[in-house]
Amino acid sequence: MFSIWMLLAASAVLCLSGLPGCLLSSRSLSGQRTTTALMVIGSLMGLGAVVMSLGEATTPSLRMPWFLPWGQFAVSMDSLSIVFLVPVFVVPALGAIYGLGYWKQPEHPQNGRRLGLSYGVLAGAMALVAVARDGVFFLMAWEVMALAAYFAATAEEDNPDVRRAGWVYLIATHVGTLCLIAMFALWNHETSSFALEAAQAMPSAVAGTIFVLALIGFGFKMGLMPLHVWLPGAHANAPSHVSAVMSGVMLKMGVYGLVRMTSLLAVPSDWWGAVLLAVGGITGVAGIAFAIGQQDIKRLLAYSSIENIGIITVGLGLAMLGRSHGRPDWVILGLGGALFHVWNHGLFKSLLFFSAGAIIHAAHTRDIDRLGGLAKLMPRVMGLFLVGAVAICALPPLNGFASEWLIYIGLFRTLGLGGEAGLPTTAVAAIALAMIGALAVACFVKLLGAVFLGSPRGVATARAHDPPATMIAPMIVLAVACACVGLFPMLVSVLLDNASRTWAGLPASAGSIAMAAPLGWITALGLALILLVALILLAMKTVLRSKVTGKASTWDCGYVQSSARIQYTGSSFGQTLVGLFAFVLWPKTYWRALRGVFPRTARFKSNVPDTVLDRLVMPLFHLAGRHLPRLRVVQQGWTHLYMLYILIVVILLLIWGGLGAQT
Amino acid sequence: MILRIIIHVVLLLVLPPLLLGVINKVKSWFGGRVGPPVLQTYYDLIKLMRKGLVLSTTTTWVFCAGPVVSLSTVLLAGLLVPIGIFDAPIAFSGDLILFAYLFGLARFFTTAAALDTGSSFEGMGAAREVTFACLSEPTIFFAFLVLAKVSGSLTLTNMLHGHAGGFSAAVAAPLVLVAIGLFIVLLAETCRIPVDDPNTHLELTMIHEVMVLDHSGPLLGIIQYAASIKLFVIGAVLLHIIAPFATDMIWLNWPLFIAELLGLAALIGVVESVMARLQMAHVPYLLTTALLLCGFGFLLMVR
Repeated sequence: MFSIWMLLAASAVLCLSGLPGCLLSSRSLSGQRTTTALMVIGSLMGLGAVVMSLGEATTPSLRMPWFLPWGQFAVSMDSLSIVFLVPVFVVPALGAIYGLGYWKQPEHPQNGRRLGLSYGVLAGAMALVAVARDGVFFLMAWEVMALAAYFAATAEEDNPDVRRAGWVYLIATHVGTLCLIAMFALWNHETSSFALEAAQAMPSAVAGTIFVLALIGFGFKMGLMPLHVWLPGAHANAPSHVSAVMSGVMLKMGVYGLVRMTSLLAVPSDWWGAVLLAVGGITGVAGIAFAIGQQDIKRLLAYSSIENIGIITVGLGLAMLGRSHGRPDWVILGLGGALFHVWNHGLFKSLLFFSAGAIIHAAHTRDIDRLGGLAKLMPRVMGLFLVGAVAICALPPLNGFASEWLIYIGLFRTLGLGGEAGLPTTAVAAIALAMIGALAVACFVKLLGAVFLGSPRGVATARAHDPPATMIAPMIVLAVACACVGLFPMLVSVLLDNASRTWAGLPASAGSIAMAAPLGWITALGLALILLVALILLAMKTVLRSKVTGKASTWDCGYVQSSARIQYTGSSFGQTLVGLFAFVLWPKTYWRALRGVFPRTARFKSNVPDTVLDRLVMPLFHLAGRHLPRLRVVQQGWTHLYMLYILIVVILLLIWGGLGAQT
Repeated sequence: MILRIIIHVVLLLVLPPLLLGVINKVKSWFGGRVGPPVLQTYYDLIKLMRKGLVLSTTTTWVFCAGPVVSLSTVLLAGLLVPIGIFDAPIAFSGDLILFAYLFGLARFFTTAAALDTGSSFEGMGAAREVTFACLSEPTIFFAFLVLAKVSGSLTLTNMLHGHAGGFSAAVAAPLVLVAIGLFIVLLAETCRIPVDDPNTHLELTMIHEVMVLDHSGPLLGIIQYAASIKLFVIGAVLLHIIAPFATDMIWLNWPLFIAELLGLAALIGVVESVMARLQMAHVPYLLTTALLLCGFGFLLMVR
């Protein structure tokens, strides 16, 4: 019982962490330090609560009536909540420490305090979302989280791009919330309570509607294609540690909502899993294809978050099929892999956003094609970025591989191996994963190469250097975590097993990840790989030292003086792939060729705008903006008239209700 | 058991350069030349390891990490593949995914090393390499799906030994499609004609060779050695499908495997001799063909 109180206290500390700073001067560093200290204390308390709850025999929960006419105050910390609580208590605290170097309050007097406040509220609200067990309370925490994220992401509100991204986010998140309100209303109608507890069997049409509403409502937050419209802009324009928290943790709250709601519904229909697999596959492939086309380093990372959400959704879809077909091994591998990927993505994406922040901090640009050659100026950031990049490409021996490996094995098992029943078409999702994997390598080699390797493309980077320890230390923590979890997945597999069993209501005898997949081999081969590389390096070291006969410039086909502009840029690197995926990306090019005897300057520009936002949503909104003003006749700014409208509507509703009662 | 593993490792370390020698010999015969000795690649490697090397001033440690990581990964991948009728030294459920992703790791570091030089030629090569992999990787996974379904297992060893007693008629059609698809992937992944020409010196039209323009001396030696091991490893996988022969005398199976592998090298040599390199823009079509073949193989399998 104590653990749940401690968790609530931790959430309160996080929510209020920005307050003391507000009382101090807007230029004071001590205010920011206090905020950060409170963030760290709150997070440690939260982690303590999580650890304590593991030792308790029953699920710690708390339930009491409150002042509102609907719902009640109900919280509970079961194994599913725990899985999602861990990132909430890890990433924001690291981000706050990172912020001490990245967003020094004395340098940002206009928005430093506001950022500290909303950042803390965001973290605290996410903790509440993960433990809320009542629809109304959940929605309240959800809305606080969404608004706090808005205020944190729009810290630099004097920039029009930031304001635009903030608007898009605000609209998208509220459309999602509308769906959730509808979903909880339907839930209340069917179960006659807002309590989020496992429901009795309900008509499959109703259950299906609840599922679809959850998929859309939470899908907006997760960034499932085509509901991702807010995501790239908001992530690109937020301060980097806020982007890290949004991408690494907040998107996962959408995943949590979907996982939680699907666990409450009785045995799912077949098509739920199929829909999730299809949506996940499309989201993954399209997300990473869009990422390859980006020139803004943070937009690229944001699109890659969409890709990872796709991978998680594929795992969830597999688990859903496992539940409807009564296959515990699919559930354990699918959901276990998906939840594992939730953690892993939280780790490596935060690391990458922190690295991006360090680059922006040093070079003052987010444009990949203006950067280059930073490896020599920022060797530490480069090394840490490399760890994150290898991890996010799901390459062994880091953590991304471990989680995707579980999902792969689960998908291969749907083939129906060795005489057991199967669902072979499901295995096609493995092809989508393979494609995502190859595209991710292309995407992150492009990013690594264009930003860190080669020679500098502009003067802006000339004075770049490694950031201070407050920024480097959180990145090192994340990189070490990536390596540890990747090399020793058995450390976390029990937690994931428990969560999967809770989700599907399976008994403890239903199996575990360790039984379904030989985790020990991942450790052994990961270590072997590292050892092999180290051995060859060691052998090479003497060779390299004695045999280097000279240094020269890169082979340039005999040009006397090559220039840094001759290098392959990130855009040229991704050009063929962007061309292959042109049917979804619709890249824009502007080309003024040389013409005539005295030609004007030639120019070439290309970029990949967001197809859904810029070609579908925005035109629709503009259309609405042009035609809907005609409705203003009903809006005369006269309060009496509005009261009259209300009266008429209520009377009409009364009549409608009366008609219903008679029939 | 121990002896078997030792032979496996020795073959993996020693045999690969011979394959390149055989390919070049066959190509020379087709061209009416005597050609270099079959052991020429060994001589080249020894010479390269002795030579000095020149590093570009633009490069960082990534430039050296590329060859080292790619050699490590192909060696590890080689330990996952069964040779002939003998089981692989390392086999566990799900090793096929590790096998595919090890090549991904090698690709990550070789292309990063290419970009490290800051040369646009090497950038082109790296871009092509990662682009074509986006088509060949799904092809490999389609092939794995078919093999897993045929054998009912998720370890490479069992998957590839799943039909050691010969094909059952029901799986012949999908396996034929998969074999053709994998052969195309083999040509693409090991940079042979018609995808890439290992002999050309025209930077604009190459993939693999252009990525290593700036590597010299021991680093270049490692790259060539790793490339030949890659040919050996993928070839060993393919041989299980196209030539699953075995003799009753257990030890005769080693020479049998070597003979089969040299035969495969000769076949690659023939393909290289009778075909021209494809236009770069047409390479995706070829790889898509491979993807479709394996995809249809999968459909036939699960219908």
